[in-house]
Amino acid sequence: MARYRWYVDRDPFLNEFSRLQREMSRLWSQNFPEGQSAEVGLFPLVNIFEDQDNYFLTAEIPGLAEKDLDLSVVSDQVTIKGERKLEEKEDVNYHRRERSGGVFSRVVSFADRIDPEKVEASLKNGVLTLKLTKAEESKPKKIKVKID
Amino acid sequence: MKDKEIEARKKDETDVAAKAEGTREGIYYRPKVDIFETETELTLIADIPGVEQGDLDIDIADNTLTIVGNVKQKDDAHNYIMQEYGVGNFFRQFTLSEVIDQEKINANLSNGVLTLKLPKVEKAKPRKIEVK
Repeated sequence: MARYRWYVDRDPFLNEFSRLQREMSRLWSQNFPEGQSAEVGLFPLVNIFEDQDNYFLTAEIPGLAEKDLDLSVVSDQVTIKGERKLEEKEDVNYHRRERSGGVFSRVVSFADRIDPEKVEASLKNGVLTLKLTKAEESKPKKIKVKID
Repeated sequence: MKDKEIEARKKDETDVAAKAEGTREGIYYRPKVDIFETETELTLIADIPGVEQGDLDIDIADNTLTIVGNVKQKDDAHNYIMQEYGVGNFFRQFTLSEVIDQEKINANLSNGVLTLKLPKVEKAKPRKIEVK
């Protein structure tokens, strides 16, 4: 199973690279609309934003309850694992079959280390929200300059 | 044997024709659905993460089924470091070929998945005509 690491940091070159990837993805899906795979091995898609002390991650995982989800944090990485089971129906006539199910495992890397004791996770209406507090030693420390 | 891997797919944006409810602000996405039928009913399952019970509108008129889900938590106020999906409302319409018994429609919203059961109207029983 493919595992992709996404580095979320502020390196301008990497941001440019991922912008380019997004552009390519967009052009691709313009030619092949309607349910085209975004990038293989990247479920769930995530949004990440931050403030001074925390990272916030949101992901859409409809149909999953807490027990179906496996979250872990180590150092500067978060792993989101689970399985989305779809109802298996026999003897029915399908008109549309657009939803996809299966196992998933995704590692997201951050620029700062995360404090594993302080992670908050909530799953509501199929949306996973993580609040990841940056580890103390990762935060930049102000240095006082003595003026003699 | 390897477990089946799930696919990640981008959300499809859709245009919402302005209807009686008025134009709502925001982006509308087309939710992914599974539709299947048996002899007695039609079942529709839609992925609408982020929609709460009170923000879901299901309407049937003239054989057209309209599903509108409003998502409150729009985080456009944030500066994303990384944004792989957009947050917006959901809208999708279907034309129903079968006649549905509207009294018996059953809707269930759980974990961001809408399951809609639409029982078909019982077909009138054929009447035997005796020829004397």
